[in-house]
Amino acid sequence: MYKAFISVLRKELLLALRQKTDVVTVLFFFLIVSSLFPFAVGPELNTLKIIGPGVIWVGALLCSLLALHRVFETDFNDGSLEHLVLSGEPLTVLVIAKISAHWLITGLPVVIVAPFIGLQFGLSAASLSLLLGTLLLGTPVLSLVGSIGAALTLGVRGGTALTSILILPFYVPVLIFGAGAVVADLQGLSIDGHLSILTAMLCLSVALAPLAIASAIKIALE
Amino acid sequence: MQWESISDFFAMGGYGLYVWGSYSVTALCVVIELVDLRKNR
Amino acid sequence: MATFFFLVAAILTVWGLYIGFFVAPTDFQQGESYRIIFIHVPAAWMSMLIYLVMSFWAAIGLIMNTRLSSMMAHALAPTGALMTFVALWTGAFWGRPTWGAWWVWDARLTSELILLFLYIGYMALRASIEDPRRGDRASAILALVGVVNVPIIYFSVQWWNTLHQGASVSLTKSPTMATSMLTGMLVMALAFWMYSIAVSLMRVRRIIRDREGNATWLSESSGVQ
Repeated sequence: MYKAFISVLRKELLLALRQKTDVVTVLFFFLIVSSLFPFAVGPELNTLKIIGPGVIWVGALLCSLLALHRVFETDFNDGSLEHLVLSGEPLTVLVIAKISAHWLITGLPVVIVAPFIGLQFGLSAASLSLLLGTLLLGTPVLSLVGSIGAALTLGVRGGTALTSILILPFYVPVLIFGAGAVVADLQGLSIDGHLSILTAMLCLSVALAPLAIASAIKIALE
Repeated sequence: MQWESISDFFAMGGYGLYVWGSYSVTALCVVIELVDLRKNR
Repeated sequence: MATFFFLVAAILTVWGLYIGFFVAPTDFQQGESYRIIFIHVPAAWMSMLIYLVMSFWAAIGLIMNTRLSSMMAHALAPTGALMTFVALWTGAFWGRPTWGAWWVWDARLTSELILLFLYIGYMALRASIEDPRRGDRASAILALVGVVNVPIIYFSVQWWNTLHQGASVSLTKSPTMATSMLTGMLVMALAFWMYSIAVSLMRVRRIIRDREGNATWLSESSGVQ
């Protein structure tokens, strides 16, 4: 089981290293989207400071959504997803491996770049590290929950737009507590609650999302 | 009975727009749903 | 059977509206504008109840592999979305005179908006999958994910709301709710309930007809209802 996990993870990472454009595109998308906001609301740092955490979180969320179709689609189209299902290994474990790889490829780079964008919005060092922390806790939840939508829409017309409609409502709590923690901290409020809830959401989605995804994949392959 | 006249009833104490705006749209939704169900029979 | 429920719904509506407009007194705080609650609160209740019932049927359909339960879930979704829309619309029309704004990011209204998105997602997924059986099962999973998430969403919106705005005026917990107001609201809720049953029965009949032209299947699994 552990071996299967590692082998799927390695295969995914190797594939991603060979096809770097996908990763780079997502990263540039994040940079450009978040740089648009100062043009829209004006360059006053005081305003930017307030909207900064929210903008970065929404940017990370859109990136996660944009990259979602990569998780299962190619494997679904070339039939290797069916092989995985028939391999005899527990599908949930393989699903977690695939999502981990997906997060390492598209989520982690966004998290690493986020503090630099935060600088453009005039966030302080304390806010930036907090932003980094909440993104580290929250973006895996986005990947896990988003993958449910990706698995449900496998081979269905409508693609990314449909996945967004299905998934965005479920992103709301992550957004509230992720961006909310940074804003609350700026206002001098306690953020322990935010962080524990984010952690709880991570645990819950690690436990439950793979089950939903595994059943969704089985339905799609029937 | 709190209404002096018909026009008093429709005015809803100055809130006519809000009260009737709510009720008419609700009624419209119901009618649309029913028409849609009949049409596809 | 649908006709019977329609009849009951119609009678209850007339009765409820009679209480609502001719028996219930004017609210001393909100004046006549409060009379919107006779449709707002029932619609909001139904929107949530229908989501639960829909997910229940979807789950049964997924686990027991019964087509009729999946079709029930399918038939309930549009009515649920309609109720959510009505709750939002009337909420806005109630909010304008009460809060002075058409839209306020109040916890209830916001949760209701997200509920509308959940219904839209469910129906969109359903509509874009060609194979009805796959559509049944995929949308069932989405409905179940939704049921797990609804309390989380509601809780987080509440938290977010109190953090940013402080407590807002509560619509249903009015301390001066006269008995006749409550009666009117409950009768209207019952009317909405009967209406939803009638409409979804009509719709499920249509879905059965669309999907299974032949009557053989009907006699096969009529015991599953």
